This record gives sequence, C-alpha cells and structure tokens, in this order.
Amino acid sequence: MISAGIVPLFVAIPLAGAFLIALFKRIKGIPDILGVFAPGGMFILSILFLLKMEIAQRIIYNIGNWGGFNEVLGRIVGIQLVIDGLTIFMLLIVNFVAFIVAVYSVNYMTRYTEKWQFYCLFLLMLAGMNGVLITGDLFNLFVFVEIASLASYALVAFGTEKRELEASFKYAVMGGIASLLILMGVIFLYSYTGTVNMADMAVILAGSQQPALMYLVFGLLLTGFGLKAAMVPFHAWLPDAHPSAPAPISAMLSGVLIKALGVYAIARVFFTVFGFPHQISIILMILGAISMGVGALVALRQWDMKRLLAYSSISQIGYIMVGLGIGTPLGIMGALFHLFNHSMFKSLLFLDSGAVEYAAGTRDMKEMGGLSRKLPVTSGSTLAGAMSLAGIPPFAGFWSKLIIIVALVEANHMKLAAWAVLMSIITIAYILKVTRFAFLGALRDRFANIKEVPLLMRISLILLSLVCIFGGLLLIPEVRETFLEPAVRVLISGIGGGV
Amino acid sequence: MNAYMPYVLCMILFSIGVYAILAKRNIIKIILGVVIAEYAVNLFLVLVAYKVGGRSAIFSETQVILPESMVDPLPHALVLTSIVIGLATTAFLIALAIRLYGKYGTFDITRMRELRG
Repeated sequence: MISAGIVPLFVAIPLAGAFLIALFKRIKGIPDILGVFAPGGMFILSILFLLKMEIAQRIIYNIGNWGGFNEVLGRIVGIQLVIDGLTIFMLLIVNFVAFIVAVYSVNYMTRYTEKWQFYCLFLLMLAGMNGVLITGDLFNLFVFVEIASLASYALVAFGTEKRELEASFKYAVMGGIASLLILMGVIFLYSYTGTVNMADMAVILAGSQQPALMYLVFGLLLTGFGLKAAMVPFHAWLPDAHPSAPAPISAMLSGVLIKALGVYAIARVFFTVFGFPHQISIILMILGAISMGVGALVALRQWDMKRLLAYSSISQIGYIMVGLGIGTPLGIMGALFHLFNHSMFKSLLFLDSGAVEYAAGTRDMKEMGGLSRKLPVTSGSTLAGAMSLAGIPPFAGFWSKLIIIVALVEANHMKLAAWAVLMSIITIAYILKVTRFAFLGALRDRFANIKEVPLLMRISLILLSLVCIFGGLLLIPEVRETFLEPAVRVLISGIGGGV
Repeated sequence: MNAYMPYVLCMILFSIGVYAILAKRNIIKIILGVVIAEYAVNLFLVLVAYKVGGRSAIFSETQVILPESMVDPLPHALVLTSIVIGLATTAFLIALAIRLYGKYGTFDITRMRELRG
C-alpha cells in the first residue's frame, strides 16, 4: 500500500527540475544531471506504483484537502489527482521514453547553444504530460495540455532557423485553436453538469437523458484532442513540426506527446466520462482507417528521413484509433499495446535519424548509402525499430498489429481488417526504403571518415532496440496481468456508463 | 431582446477570430485572430456563470444570503487561468513573429514557403 501523498510528485519533480536548471544554469553539468535524473526518478516512482497497486485500485489525492467539502453540495469541490491502471500504464511509457531521450540529449544537444534552455523546456513539457495523465478534473486536464503544448511549440522552434520558426508558427496556431475548442467543450459540459470532476460528470451524465447539445460537445472535444493527436484530417501540422524539432524532441513528440495529449485524452474523456457511445466508436474507426491510409501512402514518397517517420506516425496513430474504436476488450488491449510499441520504436527511429544527422550531417536519404559499415550501432538499432514498425515477427510491433487485426475480424469488420493488413504491407515498403537507401549499398566517399556516435547516445539506442525486440514478452500472461490488463479494465469499465 | 443573444454574439466573435486565422496573410493579423477567438471563449465562460440579478458569492455574518441568489463563482476562477494561458500563447506567437520577420523581412505568410510536401 502506498500513500496518496506522493502522487503530486509526478508534476512537482519536473517543475522543480525546470526551475532549478534555470537557477543553476551557469554551473557546468547541473542541467545535464537534473535533466536526466528527474525523468529517471519518476520512472522508478511509476514502477513502484505499478508493483504496489492492487487490482482495480484507484489512488485519489485531493489537492489542498478540498475534498473535505464533499458534503456542501454533494459534489467534489477541489481538484483531484487520480491514479488507476491506465494512468500507471501511460506514466511508465512517458517517463521511460523521457529518461532515454534525456540520456541521449546529453551528447546530442551539444550541437546547439544554450543547452540549459532545452532541458528547462523539456522538463516543463514532461510536467504537462504527467499532469494530463494523473489529473481527474477536466479543466485541469486542459491546463496541463496547454503547459505541455506551449513547451512543445518552443521546442519545435529550438533551432531558430527559417524552417523551424515556420513549422512552430503553424503548430502553435493550430494547437491554439485546438485548445480553444477543448476549452469550449469543457465549458459546455460544465454548464450542463455543474461540475468539472470527471468521475462526477460520468455519474451525472449516466443518470440523465442526453440533450442534442452533447453531439456538439463530442465534436468539439474530438476535434480538439484529434488535432493534438494528429489524426487525419487534423494532421497538417505534424509533418512540419516533428522533423523541424531537434531529434530528441522529435522522439518525444512522436513517441509520447501525441499519445498523452491526444490518444490518452480521447480515451479518458470518451470512455470514462461519456461511456463510449456508439457514434464515437464509428467515428474513431473511420478516422483511424483514413489516417492509416493517408499516413502510409504519403510516407512512401518522402526522401527526408524524419519527414517519412512523421508521416508514419500519423499512420500508426490510425491503428491505435481503430483499436480503440472497436471497443471490445481485445481491441482495446491491441490499441494500448500498439501505443506502447509505437512509443518505443518511433522514439528509437527518430533518435536514429538524429544519430545519422549527428555523424553524417544529412537526413536526405538520396545522399546517404552504405552507412551500416561506419555506424554499426545506429544501423543495427534502426533495423530493430524498422522491423518492429513493419510488423515482422517476433518483433514487438507484429504482436500488437496482429491483436488489432484479430479483434477487427472478431468484431466482424472484415473490410477494415483487410485495409489494416494492406496498410501494414505498405508500412514494410516505406520503412525498407530507409534501411535500403540509408544503411545498405555502396559507401560514398564523403562519408569515409565519419565516426560512430558517442557512448551515451549508443546506450540509449541499444536500450530502446532491446525493448523493440523483446516487447512481445509483455503478452506473457503473468506480465500482462500487471501491466496491460489493469489499463484495459479501466477503459472497459467505462463503456456503457454514459449516453 | 432574446436571452440567447449574448451566446450568439460570442459565437459570432469566435467565427470572426477563426475567419482571420484562415483568410488573412499577415502573421500579425493571424495572431490577432487567435486572440479574438480566445476572448470569445473566455467571454462565453463568464457568461455561463451569469445569473440575472445575481450577487457575488460571499457569505455575510450580518445578513442572510442564500446560495441561490449568487452567481456561480467557479467559472470566474477558471477564466483567470484561461486568460493567463492565453497570455502565454500570445506572447510566444508574437516572439515567433518577431523572429520570422528577422529571417524573411516580411510578415506575409504566403512568402514563407520553406516547408512543402
């Protein structure tokens, strides 16, 4: 049994870290140490929660002890932080990837000036993401979404070249509109239910006849969070923003940010609060299928390595959305497992693209070739990530895609299942393009003297590729019971509660 | 005067903001569009709390004030948070606009076309 008192640490540690980094920026080494140990500490903390949580337990923390006012109106007055199975699952992924990325950045970010600003913004983004995951209050969720988004706008523009600034402007304007739509949805919900606490809201919505207004709220929230998740047709900012950011930030954005702010928020709001109405299921499946197709087909014709990976993210988000949209336990498990795998292999591939850029100074695949002889670790880990993305057994990505496709067949969506299989074949095509043009073939003369990347970068690449190779082991029943099943159970228990 | 009129005006204001974001070519005008849309949403949030003849949500020792006669105080707290977030977004966008002007020498968004495809 663990006390609820340590729940706020998930937000407090990165916030304090960001503050301390800004304070001690002049002392050499402090930004690196704080930037690495804050996510590392939170990763250990989330493992602790994972091991100590009992089945179906919810840990609730009332900020400022405002929960004591429960009796005034029969409602919860203050902000609540809630930790349940799904939260723990997401916290583990986010903090693990953040830790790896921070280790990688120690060497990589020496290419830029003012490294402390990078770590400062990085920890702020992490605080926002962790806040989104642990909050039990809809308005508070909006606030944390904004903290994470603002930090990510600034990080996309970190290089302050033409390209970066333009991408960041596009991202910031679209993200700003998304936030306004989310806020408007929250206001409508508040004016109807009279509370902003998600658990209360679910109870009130379940006990009443829904007005037509709820469809407006669905639309607002789905558009807002869909923009953050980069689902087609709200994806236009992603292929610009993700490649423009420094490689570790691309890994964070593609790996976890679009999932914490987009997929998790959609799952939380539509499953836990609205009880997963039938219309949402259909919309998620249609949008997911379109995302799958558009992302994969456009990725085929990209020559910029990071841009290709960014389009591939859109396609893979489609898989997760389709899995969630099925709404059966198997489908949701597939979606969550694919979410886990996608965070791992997409972060790995983005870090690899950064390593290639670090060593060879280019990310245009037409200019590369034969790099596997000079960069054995980078090319090996890219191969692991690529195989996981393409869904080659026994890599982790194969199992999650298999589960989603089996769930589609079980739920009698034959056309969608065929579409998913077809798109995974196209996935193999575009990811083979990366390995073929970048790492195989004849070595060009200008790359004769390049060296493998520094030790810390190699360590993080190797760690992530090990997860990609052995990720399938999470499906062993004992492991699944502690890691995946509680998260699935949380979403399943929400179905049918509301509309 | 219809009771829904303020809400309709809010939505018109929001539409003006979105129109400016979509149709204008000048970066500054786009940022102004974001700000207008933001104010529309904030106004809407305050309007949700409004009650005809309502009074501020403070209890008194000397006279009896029923909770029913008060306006809803929560949106007032929420809108403050929302305004501060809006301020941060606007400040960031303007800083970006200054840097973009330094790189391109223009505020015209159609002349910034580094990113295509």
